[in-house]
Amino acid sequence: MRTLNNALCFCLAVGALLTGLPTHAEMGMGPAKALTYVSVDRLEAQFRDGDDARIWDAEAWIGGDIHKAWFKTQGEDVSDEGLERAELQALYSRAIAPFWDLQLGLRHDLRPNPSKTYAVVALEGLAPYRIDVEASGFMSEDGDASVRLELDYDLRLTQQWILRPRAEIDFAFSQVSDLQVGKGPTTLETGLRLHYAIKPEFAPYIGVDFESALSSTRGLKKDAGEQRSSWGAVIGLSGWF
Amino acid sequence: MISRRQILRAAPGTAALLGSQALLPGWAANGQTTSPSNEFDLNIQRQTVSIDSRKAAINSINGTLPGPLLRMREGEEVVLRVRNDLDADTSLHWHGILLPPSMDGVPGVSFAGIKPQETFEYRFRLQQHGTYWYHSHSGFQEQLGVYGPLIVDPAKDDSISADRELILVLSDWSFESPARVWSKLKTHADYYNSRQPTLADLLKGNDQAEWERMRMMRTDIADITGMTYTYLLNGHGPTDDWTGLFNPGERVRLRVINASAMTYFNFRIPGLPLTVIQADGQDLQPVTVAEAQLGVAETMDFMVEPAGDRAYAIVAEAMDRSGMAVGQLTPSASLRAEVPPLRAPPQRTMQDMGHDAGHGDGHSGMQHDMPAGPAGMDHSNHGDRATTPAAQTTVPVDPPAWIPRRGPGVMNIVAAPMSRLDEPGTGLTDVGHRVLTYADMQAREAFYDQREPSREIWLNLTGNMERYMWSFDGEKGTGGTEPIRFRHDERVRLVFINHTMMEHPIHLHGMWMELENGQQPMPRKHTVSVKPAERVSVLVTADAPGDWAFHCHLLLHMKAGMMRTVQVSPPMVETADANT
Repeated sequence: MRTLNNALCFCLAVGALLTGLPTHAEMGMGPAKALTYVSVDRLEAQFRDGDDARIWDAEAWIGGDIHKAWFKTQGEDVSDEGLERAELQALYSRAIAPFWDLQLGLRHDLRPNPSKTYAVVALEGLAPYRIDVEASGFMSEDGDASVRLELDYDLRLTQQWILRPRAEIDFAFSQVSDLQVGKGPTTLETGLRLHYAIKPEFAPYIGVDFESALSSTRGLKKDAGEQRSSWGAVIGLSGWF
Repeated sequence: MISRRQILRAAPGTAALLGSQALLPGWAANGQTTSPSNEFDLNIQRQTVSIDSRKAAINSINGTLPGPLLRMREGEEVVLRVRNDLDADTSLHWHGILLPPSMDGVPGVSFAGIKPQETFEYRFRLQQHGTYWYHSHSGFQEQLGVYGPLIVDPAKDDSISADRELILVLSDWSFESPARVWSKLKTHADYYNSRQPTLADLLKGNDQAEWERMRMMRTDIADITGMTYTYLLNGHGPTDDWTGLFNPGERVRLRVINASAMTYFNFRIPGLPLTVIQADGQDLQPVTVAEAQLGVAETMDFMVEPAGDRAYAIVAEAMDRSGMAVGQLTPSASLRAEVPPLRAPPQRTMQDMGHDAGHGDGHSGMQHDMPAGPAGMDHSNHGDRATTPAAQTTVPVDPPAWIPRRGPGVMNIVAAPMSRLDEPGTGLTDVGHRVLTYADMQAREAFYDQREPSREIWLNLTGNMERYMWSFDGEKGTGGTEPIRFRHDERVRLVFINHTMMEHPIHLHGMWMELENGQQPMPRKHTVSVKPAERVSVLVTADAPGDWAFHCHLLLHMKAGMMRTVQVSPPMVETADANT
């Protein structure tokens, strides 16, 4: 918990520094105020062939064009089992190219128990063909390295109906037995969500989601008597302000 | 002029009930002008008016939208007392007027701004005539209603005779707060584009995949659209139905001012030829067209001779055709013309990106041929350059022609910028009638300075639409940015290169820009609209010592940093001695 506090303090300090930077614009436009942004990508209920679950995936930032303090959180609350995953990230983000931000900071997982802290380096941005990319590398306090790649894409059917395919793949460089993570590709999650944008900044959605353990992780899950893959129907909300 | 007392009587609380008509100054109600004056009292204040029958909380000048008509006479000294009744700093800038730098009204450049409850007295002598306008240069106030027409009558009788004048102020209004609009654009720059490409567009092909690859949208015409904007003619929304009357047989002069914060307008009066006689307040050789595009902050005067037996629709379509400002020009209030529907919205082309159609991205190439990076400005040897004979064909370039690198704030570099002076503007190339182009503009009188430029300054118009960042030379104009330095009385060629896919109306305060459009005499402009991927040049005589604002007149581009200070050095000591 202390590590988490330290991480948050660090990032809040970075945020305060960024907002206080002398970015005074001339010609009567007043000081360029730091912008704030909160985005909820997924806040949804999943009806799975195993256990039903509720998941969240959100991020927020404060800062200017180049420097930002960036916060991310995601987690999963499973019926009958309670909070299974709860992850917080606090990052310093710097724009490095027209479409790309490089991010450095810490990740702290409150769940699974016991909690664990990671160093994070991430690249977030928009790839050609407007594909949203978030690639993160993690190094845990125990020295275990892993990467996570998240991709999604907005396919507009009309101005209001938007189909969003999404994929996430995780890869571990070492086996982490207490998390039932094997070396190599660990999990694949893919989904297809149909959003209806009531306003551009607010869209409920429905969709399907498929999650599967991969390679040696599959074996570890099987040994632990856990599900190796499952389908789910999802319903949720996305929005930003 | 409306006196202070009259304004106070129209208390803000009652304003909403009265509707916009009751609160309009006389000229805006019927477009008619008044006689010139030397003294003006202007009060910047909160006000509630009605736009399309909806209550709108505006920042106003003397309680009206637009502000009062300021009519002055060339050669005379005018005094304008501006009182700030807002709770934030304010300012008024007299757009296109040549005056001492301390009277130019740009906070942080000309003066400190006008604090709440304070009055600032502007005083200057008019050295020009024509159609101009004025607006706040503080924060978002211009978007909130702080603008109005400014007309300077010629010292001698006008050689342009009209039986009637109508002033048409075009503007854009949003019921959303400008700060909210700004924050939406900074986080989702395509927010107001309600024509985003869909699956159907992808299936149609037509290089849609290439646009997707570039992460750009061909339907990105305007940053802010009719999705939130109501387009106004003299403060009237489309359903407010503004009407300008004329008597049969009259020659009518239309003084059209684009006072919008973010909107280019395509102006036409179906069935009525428009004879362009002035642009940016400067007399032009007459050209008759059916339509003309007005960039933000540009003004244009048209002479029209309407037939006496019919009404005409005044149509100012927003360039992206998401809405229009409309009015009626009619000999009788009972006679009305049908307003034509919006035409099909235009699209950007690969040419706007600086690419030949279908030829991938032209990002590379130029950076290798050109000295990269902001070269150090060397001002030591301008003295001898200033005496360069007029016959010289190659002009020294200072700083050396360079282009910025791509980076977070620079999405695109146009390798081969082109001249687009003979193009009428986005959406107007195939409308089936003649549209004014910059190439058509020829001044009626030659400028007093006929010297060749002694040096050239390149200005790259740069931006990143995805992050909503806008800049000159890839660098945001903030307090610490180096000014662009002109030596007093030198003649400079400014070369604008637009590396973005959007038009930018570039406005230089304090001095004319002569547009190098192939005409002689060259037209003088205070605001030059630079088209996507265009290279266009202007000549400036640095005859106004002091600090001047120089910026893109799209309000939010300026806010984003698309601005610089131009610093004209003081006159040389010998010259000053000679004068005393």
